Amino acid sequence: MRLSVSATEYRDQIRNGTVTVEEFVSKTLEKIKKVDEQIHAFITVNDDAINQARNLDKKLKAKEKVGACLGMPISIKDNICTKGIKTTCASKLLQDFVAPYDATVISRLKAEDAIIIGKTNLDEFAMGLTTEFSCYGPTKNPWNIDYVPGGSSGGSAAAVSACESIVSLGSDTGGSVRNPASFCSVFGLKPTYGLVSRYGLVSYANSIEQIGPMARTVEDIAFLMNIIAGQDPNDNTTIDSGAVDYVDDLDVGISGKKIGVVSEMMGEGEQKEVTESTRNAISKLEELGADCEEISISEVLHSVAAYYTLTAAEASSNLARYDNIRYGYDFGVEGFEFNAYISRSRKNFGDEVIRRMLLGTYVLSSGYFGKYYMKAQQVRSLIKTQVERAFQKVDLLISPTVPSMPFKLGEKINDELALFRLDVNTVTANLANIPAISVPFEVKNGLPIGIQLFAGHLQEKLLFQAAHALSKLTKLPESPI
Amino acid sequence: MTKIGLEIHCQLTKLKSKLFCSCKADYRGFEPNINICPICVGLPGSLPLLNKKAVEKAAMIAMRLGCKVPPKIGFFRKNYFYPDLPKNFQITQYNVHGPTSIGSEGQILIEDKMIRISRIQIEEDPGRLIYEGDPSKSLTTFVDYNRSGTPLVEIVTEPDFTTPKQVRTFVNILSDLLDNLGVSDTSLEGALRVDANVSIDKGEKVEIKNIGSFRNLEKAIHFELIRQESLAERGMPIPSETRQWDEGRKITISARTKEEEQDYRYFPESDVPHVLIKDQLLEKLKENMPESIISKRERYVEKYGIPNQVAEVLSTDKFYSDLFEKAHNENNAKEIANLITTDLMGLADTKEKRDQLKLKPQHLSDLADAILNNKITRISAKTAIHEIAKTGKPLSEITSELDLGRVDDESSLLNIIDEVFAEEKQAVEDAKQNIETVNYLVGKVMKKTKGKANPSVTLEIIKKKLK
Repeated sequence: MRLSVSATEYRDQIRNGTVTVEEFVSKTLEKIKKVDEQIHAFITVNDDAINQARNLDKKLKAKEKVGACLGMPISIKDNICTKGIKTTCASKLLQDFVAPYDATVISRLKAEDAIIIGKTNLDEFAMGLTTEFSCYGPTKNPWNIDYVPGGSSGGSAAAVSACESIVSLGSDTGGSVRNPASFCSVFGLKPTYGLVSRYGLVSYANSIEQIGPMARTVEDIAFLMNIIAGQDPNDNTTIDSGAVDYVDDLDVGISGKKIGVVSEMMGEGEQKEVTESTRNAISKLEELGADCEEISISEVLHSVAAYYTLTAAEASSNLARYDNIRYGYDFGVEGFEFNAYISRSRKNFGDEVIRRMLLGTYVLSSGYFGKYYMKAQQVRSLIKTQVERAFQKVDLLISPTVPSMPFKLGEKINDELALFRLDVNTVTANLANIPAISVPFEVKNGLPIGIQLFAGHLQEKLLFQAAHALSKLTKLPESPI
Repeated sequence: MTKIGLEIHCQLTKLKSKLFCSCKADYRGFEPNINICPICVGLPGSLPLLNKKAVEKAAMIAMRLGCKVPPKIGFFRKNYFYPDLPKNFQITQYNVHGPTSIGSEGQILIEDKMIRISRIQIEEDPGRLIYEGDPSKSLTTFVDYNRSGTPLVEIVTEPDFTTPKQVRTFVNILSDLLDNLGVSDTSLEGALRVDANVSIDKGEKVEIKNIGSFRNLEKAIHFELIRQESLAERGMPIPSETRQWDEGRKITISARTKEEEQDYRYFPESDVPHVLIKDQLLEKLKENMPESIISKRERYVEKYGIPNQVAEVLSTDKFYSDLFEKAHNENNAKEIANLITTDLMGLADTKEKRDQLKLKPQHLSDLADAILNNKITRISAKTAIHEIAKTGKPLSEITSELDLGRVDDESSLLNIIDEVFAEEKQAVEDAKQNIETVNYLVGKVMKKTKGKANPSVTLEIIKKKLK
């Protein structure tokens, strides 16, 4: 039995009876036991998974109705609430937090009989792009454990890459799904803002982030989107996208499609291998009949600054609730004034979180609001306009997902700005509310490189078709672990 | 010049659920922390879901106060730490970056003085802190989140008041208006809370918070003006600050200076998308809005011939004007208005008494008809109302039980009048000299009949006998 099956293959095997849910789940748990000591993709493994698998087998045997996931083991980033399983956000402040409810994406997956195999590691509150800023320690890249897996959904990417789960859900605020997908050689989608409910996603930058699927095939991404996408009465920001089947017509190809190569995301300041790889992808797409042309989105140059201003502002407010009254208990001294009491627990936030909360508090302060926050909002709306204009000319945009190859653990942890700059190609999709996917494209010197495709607002189907076409041309090895 | 402006928080107590979740909005008399959910206690991952009914109620208030209602409203976060605020920010509205609150630039006439309303905004109430005994000595602070998320509107006036009395009058009129509009029961404790901004010529603006009642509001402003004037007389500065009303000592005490004032770091709440306020919605709301107090009063005077003063009293009180509307059939409207304002209002002047009132509209209608048809006297009617209020029995039953039927047959009256003439010889002589004093004798007859005697027949007989 192979663990490296796609969701589709898994479902076929379960239906055929070649393998039982229990067999697959227990094999997956064995794999986690075997490799996770090195990789550390998981914060919590679900003890009840095997019981759930047995129950599903019984149902299958009795020919009872079973949901489309047929017990498929799925891992979930640990900032998405799961009833009865801890949701820590990799923070000391939420070490013991068990949500009394399921996020909408979780209840939809459960309704289709997916099995949550565990909760994956992340940068604390999803702030970071290496998964090194976790209070539980870093996740390592399954391709080479000396290297970072990317982040902040590094645990999810590693878990999918190392076959510790078939698919995973991450969250993407500025690239947090696509960046680790690129570093770990899996597919990762940031959907259109409002397409997937955020109910149950612990907010970091709520006007920008989305939950997104991670998988080993485009088809699996599309399959997951069929389950998790759609308007949700529990999230007023979700939009009615109509009834779209993302799996249908995946194979139509991209002949005749116009693809814009974003000039500001190519070449300059970029690792040579990454640029080469992207050029290679572009010529492959042209071979498939796509029409590629350079296109400029000049505001990309300001996107990272705007992104960090806005996300820090929102974070400073979203994380204010972790104040030692209901989270992060630190009762140290007796007799206190409440401001001192609140601040006592807040030193338990990690450095990166503290940095962003201070930054966010600063940019929202009276006197600085106009200078920073408002200006960043203006950049955001300019980016939206420029992106809309670009999509009047082309159907898709292409760029490297990350301007760099995976790097070693600790290599950039003290160089904030170098880390921030790694977001330059991904944040545009978040600021412009459009979908983008990272497609694993090459492995050089044993390390993966991903290519990013963007599509217009709610054009996920077109995006998947293009990603599918591109991925059919690649023959990538499985991760060595 | 004295300038006083108000910030009024009014709970929309007529709404069943909270502003951003479906929890019960009523927190009064409940065990702590039972009407709560992940949203109103701000659990990680929860998202606010706007109660559209609250927007409608607030829009009605805005329209009634003559405010502009923008085509699109938005929400902001007001960031500050306080243990009763579960998210450590409050979702509210804010107009600094263009009008996005439900109302702005309104006005309301108070005794010939126009008071401008600068804005009306929708926001959520925080939870409540509960102390053991004296708050300053309590070692433990408890938090009750039942109130957290209760829908509020904040009404902010321009500093158009010049005396504490005007403020009192305004707040009375405003609370009647809100009651009448069916958005709030302002008699509930904490449903209407007022902060005042007070300044005189030579000083900065001082905000007074924590004023419990309307009576104390007037007192607090009065105290604050005297305090500020006495500082000014002595040439001392009046700094901008926030002061608390100390209920026990009847003074204001400094809470914090403006330098220590919080920076609330307002920014847009994107979890609550903008709400479009369509003209059709406003039209619909206008159509269904309860009639205004002013229009009621005019109608009472013009249509039913109710005296102006009676109409004024009746129209401002929603409880009694509702009762009036249900009871009258136009013909008996004036009589019912009289019954309510002279006999009933004194009987049931508090919320508790109103709740216990057994009297139904039908009672008033029957009673007014009985008076108009000379079946009962006004004096007996008063007795009947007392009894009905307590028992709720039908008028016919009460009339016979208490023997309230009017006495107007001449022979029975004659006997009683003979008795009175025998007992009141001096008064009879006086009346013979001066007919103006005859009312004394009529009164004696009324007393003997416990108010049941027909006054006009009685007078006629007496006059006849005096001749």
